[in-house]
Amino acid sequence: MSRLPFYLIVALLLAAGIGLSVHRHVQFEVPWTPGELRQVWEIEAQVNFRAEGGPVKVNMALPSTQRGFRLLTEHTASPGYGLSYLEEDGVRRALWSTREAAGSQQLYYSAQILAAPQARGNEVPAPRPDPSVAWEPPYDTAASEVIERAWSRSADAFTFARELIRDFGDERQGENARLLLTQFDRVPLLVRLLNQADVPAREVSGLLLEHGRRRQTLTSWIQVHDGDQSALFDPSTGTQGRPDNLLLWEAAGQAVLEVEGGTNSRVTFSMLSRNQPAAAAVRSQLAEDAGTLLNFSIHSLPLEEQALFQTILLIPIGALVVVILRVLVGIKTSGTFMPVLIALAFIQTTLVTGLVGFLLVVAVGLVIRNYLSYLNLLLVARVTAVIITVIAIISLFSVLAFRFGLNAGLQITFFPMIILSWTIERMSILWEEEGPKEVLIQGGGSLLTAVLAYLAMNNPWVRHITFNFLGVQLILMALILMLGNYTGYRLLELRRFKPVTED
Amino acid sequence: MWTSPGRLRAKGIIGMNRRNIRYIGRYNDRRLYPLVDDKLKTKLLAQQHAITTPALIGTVTTQFGVKHIREMLEGHHGFVIKPAKGSGGKGILVIEYRDGAHFVKPSGAHLALGDVERHVSNILSGLYSLGGSPDVAVIEALINFDESLSEYTYEGVPDIRVIVFKGYPVMAMMRVSTAASDGKANLHQGAVGVGIDIASGTAIRGVQFDRSRHDHPDTGHELASLSIPGWETLLRLAAGCYEMTALGYLGTDMVLDRDHGPMLLELNARPGLAIQMANGEGLRPRLDLVERQADGVPVEERVAFAQHHFARRSELATPQPDRAAVPSA
Repeated sequence: MSRLPFYLIVALLLAAGIGLSVHRHVQFEVPWTPGELRQVWEIEAQVNFRAEGGPVKVNMALPSTQRGFRLLTEHTASPGYGLSYLEEDGVRRALWSTREAAGSQQLYYSAQILAAPQARGNEVPAPRPDPSVAWEPPYDTAASEVIERAWSRSADAFTFARELIRDFGDERQGENARLLLTQFDRVPLLVRLLNQADVPAREVSGLLLEHGRRRQTLTSWIQVHDGDQSALFDPSTGTQGRPDNLLLWEAAGQAVLEVEGGTNSRVTFSMLSRNQPAAAAVRSQLAEDAGTLLNFSIHSLPLEEQALFQTILLIPIGALVVVILRVLVGIKTSGTFMPVLIALAFIQTTLVTGLVGFLLVVAVGLVIRNYLSYLNLLLVARVTAVIITVIAIISLFSVLAFRFGLNAGLQITFFPMIILSWTIERMSILWEEEGPKEVLIQGGGSLLTAVLAYLAMNNPWVRHITFNFLGVQLILMALILMLGNYTGYRLLELRRFKPVTED
Repeated sequence: MWTSPGRLRAKGIIGMNRRNIRYIGRYNDRRLYPLVDDKLKTKLLAQQHAITTPALIGTVTTQFGVKHIREMLEGHHGFVIKPAKGSGGKGILVIEYRDGAHFVKPSGAHLALGDVERHVSNILSGLYSLGGSPDVAVIEALINFDESLSEYTYEGVPDIRVIVFKGYPVMAMMRVSTAASDGKANLHQGAVGVGIDIASGTAIRGVQFDRSRHDHPDTGHELASLSIPGWETLLRLAAGCYEMTALGYLGTDMVLDRDHGPMLLELNARPGLAIQMANGEGLRPRLDLVERQADGVPVEERVAFAQHHFARRSELATPQPDRAAVPSA
């Protein structure tokens, strides 16, 4: 009988579990620990313009998830305007429209953006340069001379862009550059020159994020492509590279804001940064993320079901504790998984209240069950009688505790009553057949297991991991399969069999 | 307090996990369990396979049948009534003899016919069976247990547990009840476990409460002189249970009857590991050896094989100083 399929299944489960978890960690920045803080930016864009009394169309670029930033949520406030989001080739824009508007208008757009070092967005494809741009004399010669000068001192597209921008800088500005600047704006001019030299480049707009800044405007950057790679250049200094706090707002070389039917339009930005627990940041991710199979996540469920699942996903942890204690340690429990259910009740009641309540209910239940055994009833009827007794005990304790002002006493109702009844029934039979010592051993073993399962299940890190990484369930499955194959000694057997090894 | 896994392994001790996975899980087909969990089925099967069991007087399957008990018991002086699916010796009523219209228990208590009928009725309603499911009452003849062993027991019948693996008797022990165990033959309740040499049927070593003993705690009788009569017959009966049940890893509980010799009392598909303590030896080397043997060997050869390979010298045979001093005249 080959064990190969078994080890294959275990290996497969482990690989899938670890893979899924790592994927979720890397791809969606779900942190391994619950306490980790993530920086979230609240950015508000305010569009101001003066409407001319007729129909108005406002078309504004919107940021997307990109390198270093993940878009969490977005809202708009624009009373009287219809709004639609447009998306084309990964470029998002908002389109506000209204039939009639006059006077000063304000439109608001706000976004929550998570600083996420691993985030990646859709790269906008490189623009196709059109070298046959017509320049009017005398600018044509000036342009070709500028290009030639920079070309001779460069090796590739990036160094060429740097040299070209530096030639327009304040220090090295030559005559040709000065001449061109009199006629053209700096950034469009640089892009045009780059394109003329057959270097794909475009103007992009970004927002430099700084905590608490208001009335900020976008800054222009030049994005240069070289094959698959692209780089950002500061149009005034020629510095290559992208600042960490730069959020690209418009990355397709289009206008940031277009207003039809209005004048004096401008957009200003204000921003705030705050740190929020990573788990909460994950939770507020856009629902669209949850669509794919690989990102199978409970976060796509309604909040109420999420809370339910948080508990359900903890049960395998409790079961693992039971398996470890029974297979590796050899502790006897009354009812295999009864301790897990008791531990679940402890989570609701807190440990001390739970322990006291459990002992009270079971002790009183045992006394009453002892009397029931004199009545010589059939099993099902007897257990039913015990269930009703347990309910009566719980009600009585709740009322008494409330009268004495102990609110903790009310939480006793969280105990699974049917399970408690069966526990009482089983313990009672055990008492009759094996004596009180065995009841103490099994009852104590059950309680110990329940407390350990509670400690494991109530651990914030465990809760975070089980809830956020479904792959962990597969790892647990693999672990339990491996434990089910363990033929070694139990810890308590080392004590039991000790006399044999002595002589 | 604790020992190391290495030392246990060196002794060949088998733990629960290994027993469950390697032996019970591999050699005991689950669908065969009812054969041993139901004492009536075991008994009928044993009769088919010519394995001696206490004679069956009759069974009661319906509450209606309870009324016919009297006719059934006609002519039987001593008998035992037990639930077919009972466990741990619960619900077993032993009647030693009759005193007029009364039935007398070993303790001397007198029962009327109505008491016996109520007991049977309780068995039928599942009072003693696992999970309280309805059961069948089995009435069988009383075992006239062999007097030669009476010095080694306090109360009750000593039974002999033989572990049969793939039809080979691999290890044996006798469980002797004591005052501490309240007449029950459960080792963890204080009964003495006596390891029995497979080759000769003599005592190897005694254990009570995990400590070795050389005598019976109540009768004070030396365990060293214990020798089980009809040992080979007993081994053959035990080994024959393999063909009877097809269970590869089996615990057979045997008793010795004065008139009929060794008898099969009941079978256990999940025999415990305490037998290793009583023998002071692990099961592992013996099971490994048996696993290497071919299938289809007849019972006699299997018993001979076991007697040859599993022979042990008694640890109890340390010469007593005073006895050695007595001249052998």
